[in-house]
Amino acid sequence: MSHDTLPRPVKAAEPDRPAAPARRRRHWTRRANPLAGLGSLIWLAIVIIPIYAMISASLTSQDQALGHNALKPPTHPTLDNYNTVLHNGFGHFLWNTVLVAAAVVALVLVLCVPLAYVAVRTRTFWSGAAFRLFLLGIAIPAQAVVVPLYLMIAKLNLYDSLLAVILPTAAFAMPVSVLILTGTLRDISEELYEAMALDGASPTRMLFQLVIPMTKGGISTVVVYSALQAWNGFLFPLIFTQSDGPRVLTLGLFNYVSQFGVNIPALLASVVLSGIPIFAVYLVARRSLVGGLMGVGGK
Amino acid sequence: MSSTPVTGKGSARQGGARAGRPHAAWVLPGVLFFTFFAVAPMALAVYLSFTKWNGLGDPQPVGLDNWRRLLSDDRLIQSLTITVLLTVVSWAFQTVVSLLLGVWAAGRQRNRAILSAIFFVPFLLSSTAIALLFYALLDPNFGIIRQDTLGSTKGAFLAIVFVGGWQFIPFHTLIYQGGARQIPEVLYQAAAIDGAGRYRQFFSITLPQLRNTATTSSVLMIVGSLTYFETVLILTQGGPGTDTAILPYLMYEAGFKSYDFGYASAIATFLVVAATALSLLLVRLTGFGSMRSTREGM
Repeated sequence: MSHDTLPRPVKAAEPDRPAAPARRRRHWTRRANPLAGLGSLIWLAIVIIPIYAMISASLTSQDQALGHNALKPPTHPTLDNYNTVLHNGFGHFLWNTVLVAAAVVALVLVLCVPLAYVAVRTRTFWSGAAFRLFLLGIAIPAQAVVVPLYLMIAKLNLYDSLLAVILPTAAFAMPVSVLILTGTLRDISEELYEAMALDGASPTRMLFQLVIPMTKGGISTVVVYSALQAWNGFLFPLIFTQSDGPRVLTLGLFNYVSQFGVNIPALLASVVLSGIPIFAVYLVARRSLVGGLMGVGGK
Repeated sequence: MSSTPVTGKGSARQGGARAGRPHAAWVLPGVLFFTFFAVAPMALAVYLSFTKWNGLGDPQPVGLDNWRRLLSDDRLIQSLTITVLLTVVSWAFQTVVSLLLGVWAAGRQRNRAILSAIFFVPFLLSSTAIALLFYALLDPNFGIIRQDTLGSTKGAFLAIVFVGGWQFIPFHTLIYQGGARQIPEVLYQAAAIDGAGRYRQFFSITLPQLRNTATTSSVLMIVGSLTYFETVLILTQGGPGTDTAILPYLMYEAGFKSYDFGYASAIATFLVVAATALSLLLVRLTGFGSMRSTREGM
């Protein structure tokens, strides 16, 4: 976490005591804490050891892996396991996941931004009712609806297609997205709407020229959140798809368990490969990813 | 005097009160979509719980059969106990670790920034990938621990708690870190002047100030613990025996393994009622709905 991810609190405290020397601020945020430091090192080990063991094992050939101590580096590192995974449909599954994530993000934004706009600006009985629907919707666990959704999706002839994954995933990403967006939208000041109204702007123009530009923070949080929901989704693909065609990455990984059987190094190689795309995003855009997720809990 | 310019001016003249108020009908696409794919299925689940259906043909009404069976099913009590136990233990484990790590990571030292970036890495993997990783690492013939951890009831339970924590603690640490950074510095300065030490400051300032953060995080943890389904399916398949078969897993088995969709729907309905009751209870207990300010008296 870098210093500038959340600059506000410190800056907010500064105007009160502009002359306060730097020493003043040290006592909490900058003072060393050996006990906490030790704890953090223990957690570091808990985080790192499984990741290390995974990468090391994925580079070990299958016949060497059995009985090999997972904590020792591989004696003859090999990329064979990665080859095996890539020749078993990994790229195809990855592409499907990317399609699903993109479609889910687009659907969620198109449906939720106008909704949040109305919920905040138009105070009628119906807009209030719509907002409460989504508040209650947070409590609906996806597990509770898979059976009836399975029936509906079969009747709609969507079974075993990417749409069967996209539509319910988007619906279940909506409640939290609406909450995040209404939170951000409330911060747009009345004066800005009034100024645009004086120019004769319609609500549609305000949506594009005021609301969307002013809620960029909330929108990026929603993008991160709904993309992760789609990326990690397992239950809907498990129940609503069957064949290789619409198989997404999480389900592909799950199928490798039976496909690779005891070839655990290949299984771990598939886990490593599945993490690489998000890890790449993390390296490039850590600040907005982390900031976006902080928004999920912080608002 | 034809309509368009006049209405334009008209709305401008009415001034600020009605500026930029879109028609309520704008909510319709979103509401209809959500109703169709989330609310209607829930109602349908209630209906299906009164039917017998194996996935082919049409559901046949059977009255209260599924519900009678469910309420006399020993596995329901067992499953409910495990679900609650798993939720409580996971909540305690994740809250303690995330709170401590989050407050620690809120400091602005360089080493803390670097470690925080590493701590976040597990969250980049999907639950499926993480479950598979520990499935491999806990394999008695291969893994780090050369014991049949998942073969014992206690081991399997603790493995699920640990794997859930490993995955979600990074996210909750982030929430607590954000919360801790918003605590006004003046509070600590005042406490320091009064001679309060580090631990006194933690318990008297940091903890009370993080009340809202803790509520948000706890609600997410508790609702999220229902999604341990993947972890259970991949790591233990409800085993050994049925010792880790949490409610969602019980439902999955009834529906998609035994093709008893009516019975599965009864379990699903029960799950919704339990989850809603739990969320409402939490909101009540914590005063989350009223969103009391932590800045009172400042």
